[in-house]
Formats: sequence, structure tokens, C-alpha cells
Amino acid sequence: MTAIIETDGLGRDFRVRDGLRRKTVVAVDDLSVRIEPGEAVGYIGANGAGKSTTIKMLTGILVPTRGSVTTCGLRPVADRRRLAREVGVVFGQRSQLWWDLPVRDSFRILAAIHSLTPAVERARTEELVERLELDEFLGTPVRQLSLGQRMRAEVAAALLHSPRLVILDEPTIGLDVLSKQRLREFLVAERQAHGTTLLLTTHDMGDVERLCDRILLVDRGSLAYDGTLAGLSRTVGAERVLVVDLASPVPDLLDVPQARHLGSEGGGLRQRLAFDPDTVTAAQVLAGVSEHGEVLDLAIEEPDVEEIVRRVYAGRR
Amino acid sequence: MFVRAYVRLLVAGFRRQSTYRLAALGGLVANTTFGLLKVALLFAAIDASGGELAGYDAATMSTYIWISQGLLGSVNLSGRTEVADRIRTGDISVDFLRPLDVHLASITSEVGRALFALIPRGVPAVAIGALLVGMAVPDSPAAYVVGAVSLVLGIVLSAATVYLVGACGFWLVETRGIAILYMIVSGFLAGLFVPIAMFPDWLHTVATATPFPSMMMYPIDILSGRVDGAESLGLVALQVGWLVLVLGVGQLATRAGRRRLEVQGG
Amino acid sequence: MADLSIAARTAPYRAVLAARIRAQRTYRSNFLLDLASSLLIGLVELAEVWVVFRSVDSLGGLDLAAIVLVFGLADVAYSLADLAFGHCDTLPTYLRAGTLDVFYLRPQPLLLQLVTSDISLRRLARAGVGVVAVVVGLSINDIAWSASAVGLLVLSLASGVATFAAMFVWAAGAQFFLLDGAEATNAFVYGGRYAATQPASVWDRPLKVVFGFFFPMAFAAYLPVVTLLGLPGSEWMPSWLGWCAPLAALWMWGLALLTWRTGVRHYQGGGG
Repeated sequence: MTAIIETDGLGRDFRVRDGLRRKTVVAVDDLSVRIEPGEAVGYIGANGAGKSTTIKMLTGILVPTRGSVTTCGLRPVADRRRLAREVGVVFGQRSQLWWDLPVRDSFRILAAIHSLTPAVERARTEELVERLELDEFLGTPVRQLSLGQRMRAEVAAALLHSPRLVILDEPTIGLDVLSKQRLREFLVAERQAHGTTLLLTTHDMGDVERLCDRILLVDRGSLAYDGTLAGLSRTVGAERVLVVDLASPVPDLLDVPQARHLGSEGGGLRQRLAFDPDTVTAAQVLAGVSEHGEVLDLAIEEPDVEEIVRRVYAGRR
Repeated sequence: MFVRAYVRLLVAGFRRQSTYRLAALGGLVANTTFGLLKVALLFAAIDASGGELAGYDAATMSTYIWISQGLLGSVNLSGRTEVADRIRTGDISVDFLRPLDVHLASITSEVGRALFALIPRGVPAVAIGALLVGMAVPDSPAAYVVGAVSLVLGIVLSAATVYLVGACGFWLVETRGIAILYMIVSGFLAGLFVPIAMFPDWLHTVATATPFPSMMMYPIDILSGRVDGAESLGLVALQVGWLVLVLGVGQLATRAGRRRLEVQGG
Repeated sequence: MADLSIAARTAPYRAVLAARIRAQRTYRSNFLLDLASSLLIGLVELAEVWVVFRSVDSLGGLDLAAIVLVFGLADVAYSLADLAFGHCDTLPTYLRAGTLDVFYLRPQPLLLQLVTSDISLRRLARAGVGVVAVVVGLSINDIAWSASAVGLLVLSLASGVATFAAMFVWAAGAQFFLLDGAEATNAFVYGGRYAATQPASVWDRPLKVVFGFFFPMAFAAYLPVVTLLGLPGSEWMPSWLGWCAPLAALWMWGLALLTWRTGVRHYQGGGG
């Protein structure tokens, strides 16, 4: 079975001006990865780690400096136009829609661009409009949409031609919790229905947890980890944090079983406890806290990408 | 006390331009190209008229061409102003809260910007013209002084006049129309395309009834030596007169505009 | 992929243009304003030429009647090219915002996407000024009307439009290297338009090389008019050169496409 994405020793350098001299920045270094059709891959890493550069090489925007890359069996730069029919891309920061035209017009234009037959165009547009709930703003110019609405429209635009591979570059950035939820659910359903391969770059661990079965962690241009999320957390020993707001101040909760006390605020009204999700559940920790006082409110902080990445780097030294 | 604030504004307007070096170079290429084309055409015209056309000979015509090109970056003939943008976005209300006169402050920073632009655009354009073609220059130090004063007056006058275009924004929602009209008319009447002395009489009268020639045409005529002595002082007096008038209108317009904003709720 | 009909292959471009035209029509008052200002600009440029030529009997072998025709032809060609290709100067904006990348994700050639991304209907008003000048010029000049005269006019107008269109494309390609230096290409695009309305016979040799042959502006109007009116040629520019306008257009397009390709390669960091 041909891989959807296959890179071999892929690398890309940039020459930048540093004051008076010019120096070479290695954005991507020796990336060798194979992604099979139907996978859902999360591509995470700190800012400047080379994620956007890799995506540009996958889609034929940038020419690699070293190594090779094949997307959907095609050479991205040489076969760019053929590849464009197989791939859908959602850029978080850049819009593919026509800014001052109604959303509906963008879809019509894209359908013409991808040479969809009227029947296919109609069926696909209806399906996407219904599942992403775009009905209410189909006639609104794109520049008047809220960020959440715009992202849904962008996803629909990227999927209109039913591509085999969908690449999403920071799609949930800046979205509120509800919008993120809806978008994730849609992507999961889309994968199940059509077997689309998903490549997602993100800073948001929630995205990764709910959407991806595989993670590629990149650190300054090279691959630091390739595997499952569970494996990553285990490798790195990342903890989740439970933040509890108590009814009345309580002395520091130092002896809740299997939880580590991080700190207290307000003289003991709010306390933070870290725990390893592999060995104990949040519910158990909460139960342990409840024995010491009444819990009014709680929040759970996921290990953020920066934290995991930091630990991975620390492990690589 | 406020003088220091205005001086700082001037310097800031000055400094902002220093980042646009590449753009300035591109502008210089544009100036040179247009300059050379105009030289070819207007010299041929002078030649066909027996060596003198509307009081210009080849040397003074060359001065006209190169200084007018060089001044393009300093004399605002585009009709666009920062104050128009600030009125549109509402930022102008912040400006009114400051202890500086909005009208004068706006003009001051525009003049700062314009004076700075003389360095990457004004002087090189004239230098290139002098090198490639040669030009007439004033023959007495006094004429240089009068010419320099006239030049600065022209720049200040252009900043003050274009301010009025922006000030229309207090009453009109969209000043784009007026800005475009200003751009088309101002350049033509200021003598950017051809010296206004070449205009037919009726058009010349129309031009002199506006402040535009005072922005560019008169300083150039003084600097080329085409006009000198008492006549040059007369032109400077005319420039001062226009400046006082335009500043007066600007003050009134700004005060009225401010009242209107206050009534509307900013 | 199945062999698509012309209609199907042009569908994406027609769709974008149709949407753009619809959008422009909805901003009625702005549109009218643009029309009016285009008209006014055309008139002022004509006035500029007129002011110079009314002071002399003839300049560079052309009298006022002839220069009106030259101006008209050049301006019509420029306005029509500007209508279809003028917005290529928005490329620097795309480059700075990174939105050019979006073009890569569509199965169409990049240049074609840029060119068909917009259409400026308001240029029609400016073309109006040029058309009037051409009509006036054709009537007040002494023209030996024949099939070949008409053929020459049509050929030069078409070549002129193609040449100016190529200038816009050339300028866009150069933007990949220039970015903030966009004014440098303006020098040749707008300077070129200005040069096309001049009698090239007054130019010295360097100017003739630049605007006569390298950026062949003289072929857009001046040289065809010289040929049409049977006027004598000048140094390097024989009187029959007007017939070569199509060659000039071809040359300019070659230059433009080469610049575009080099620019795109530079943007992608490729080239081998």
C-alpha cells in the first residue's frame, strides 16, 4: 500500500541576514517519516521547530534542500497541480476563502476550481454545511465572520473536493472551547466516514488527545519522538494538575495519596495537586481531597505541549 | 515648553522614514526615469521654440525637472494624510486629549517626514540630474537663501493644505473621493507635469488662484534663477500669505470638527 | 484526468472573475467615484501632452494632431491592459501576508491565478478618454485609408495591450526579489506608460534602448502612428517599424515570463 506521506532525510535550510553577515538556519533536519492512509497524526513542537516549513515542503510550496518527499505518491513541487486535487489544507493564520465575498461564493468558486460536477458539488456542499452548521452565515462575507465561524468555513472549503489527505495547521488556535469541541467531532466523523488521512499541527494537547492516534514531536527541525500519545506521556512522565477551590481555607494538602502538592493560594482556599494519570485517576485524587474539606469548584490542567516538549528535550540532552 | 514637544515630533517624523531605505532607492529609480523622459521631451520643445519657451531655457528647464522630481517625496500631492486615518478609526479623540494642538502637531510631523525625505529622494534626484544633464543654479548666495526659505515654505504649505483634506473627515464618512480629486488636481496645478508658465492664460489664472503653485512651482523658479531679486521676494510673500490663510482655515476646521465629535460622542 | 472542454477548463477563472465583478457592482458609490477619478486622470494626462504641443508647431516630427492619436492609442492599450492585469501589483501584499501560499494549494498555474484574481472595471472610464482621443486623432489627421491602414491600427492596438499586460506581469515577477522596492518597477510600468505617449524621436540613445527596445513602449503607439501617417523615421527607428509591434509584444512577454519563473523559483528556494 502506498504511503500517503513519505519523507526520507528531508531537510531545509534558510539563509538569513544576521546584522551584516548571512548565516544559515536549519529549519528541518533529516526528517524520515512514513504515514499510511487513514492515519491521524499530530505534529507537535515548539514555535520555530520547523512544522510550517515541513508542511510547505509536503505541499510543494518550498523546495527541500536535502532529501526527498512524496505526498500521495506524487512529487510535491513537480506535480503540484495534480497534488492539489488530492490534498486539502487548512491554515490557521491564512485564509483560503475570498475575503469580501459571501461564504457561499467561495464554495462555488472552489467547486469550479476543482472541477466538481454540479451533482457532486451540491451533495458535498449540503453535507458539509449541515455537519459544520454553516447555514446561518452562508451569505455573510468572510471578513465579517467570527473566528470560530471562519474556521468551520475554512475546514469545509478544504474538504469540498473530498481530498485523501487533510493537513491542518493550527486549526483550533484562538477558538473557544465549544468551537474546538465541534470542530474535533467533525474531523473524527469525517475520518470514519471517508477514511481521510489527517495531519495536524497544533499546540493544543486537547486536539492531540481527541483526534490523533500518532504523534510526531519535532525539536528544532528534527524528529524527537514518533509514536502514540500514551507512549509519549509515559516516556516523559508528564503529569496532569488538579486545581481545587475549597469552601474554607485548609492547610496544605500534603498527604493526598498519589498526588504531589504544588502550591496554595488565598491561604489554602485554592490548591494545586499534580498526579500521574497512568497510576491514578483525577476522580481518585478528588476523592482524596474531599476527605480534607468541601470542594466548591475544580479544574484540570493538561500537561501542555511546552512542558512535554521541554521534558523530551531534557531527556535528549 | 511646548516647543520642545513639537521639535520631538519633527524629529520622530524624521526618524520614521529611515527604515524605508529600499523603498527610497526604488523611488529614486522612478524619479530618474521620469526625469530623463521629461528632459528629452521638454528640451526638444525648447529647441523647437528657438531656445526659449515660456521664459525657460534648457538649463532652467532642467532645474525644474529635477527639483520637481526630487520634491515628490516631500510635497504631499497624494491627498492621503495620517489625520484622515485617525479620524476614521476614532483615534483622533485620543489626540484631542493631549495638550498639543492637533492641527499644528499633525502638520509638524508631516513636515518632519517631508524634510527627511529630502535626503534619500530630494538631494539624490537633483544630484543625478546635475550629473547627467546639468542644470541652472542661482548666482548669488542671497538667492540660495531665498530659495531654501521658499522650499521649506512650500513644504509646510503642502502639509497644511493637505491637512484640510483629512479634516473633511470630521464631516464626511469617506474622504477617499476628495483625496483622489486632490491628488489629480494638486499635482497638475502645482506644476508637477509641466511648468505652469506654459499653461494657456485661462488655466494659468486658475492655477494662481490656488495655493498649489506656491508649494512647488515658485520655490523651483527661485532655485533655478528664473525668478530673482524683488520678484522672488514677492513670490515668497505670496507663499507666506497662502500659508497664513490655510493655517487659519485649518484651525477653524479643527475646532469645528472637535465640537462636532464631542456632540456626536466621538 | 478526462479531457475537459474549454468551458470546463476556464470555469475556475470565470467563477472568480464573475464573483469579483458582482462584488464591485455592489459598492455602487465607490465604483462611481472610481470611474469619475479614472476619467479625470485620463483628462489631466491628455492636458499635459496638449499643453506642451500647443506651444510648438511640431515636436519630434509630430504635430498636435499626431500626438493626440499617439496618446489615444497608448492610453487605450494601457487602460485595457490595466483592466485585466493591473491588479498584479497586489502581489507584494500577498507575499508579505503569506497568502500566496494559498495559490499553491489550487490545481491551477500560479500566474494564471494571480492574473484572474481580479478585474478593475473602473479602468473602462479611462479607456473612454483614450478612445475619444483615438477617434479625434483618426479624424483630424491626414490618413491614407486602406485595408492595410486598418490592419496596422488593429495590429498595433492588440500588440500594445499585450505589451502593457506583459509589463504588469514582469513587474509582478520582479516583486519576488524587490519586496519593498516596488517603486523601482513602477518606474518602468508607469514611466513606460508615459514614454509610450511620447515621440520617441526626441529620445537620446540610452532612452531609445530602454524604452524603445528593451521595454518596447515606442511600439505601442508612436511607431505605428509614424508608419500610419507616412512620417519619416529617425535614428534607429525606420518608418516601417510600426509593423513590428507584434514582435515587440512577443519579446516583452518572453521577458515577463522569464522574470516570473525566476521569481517563483527564488520564492520556493529551488532551482535545482
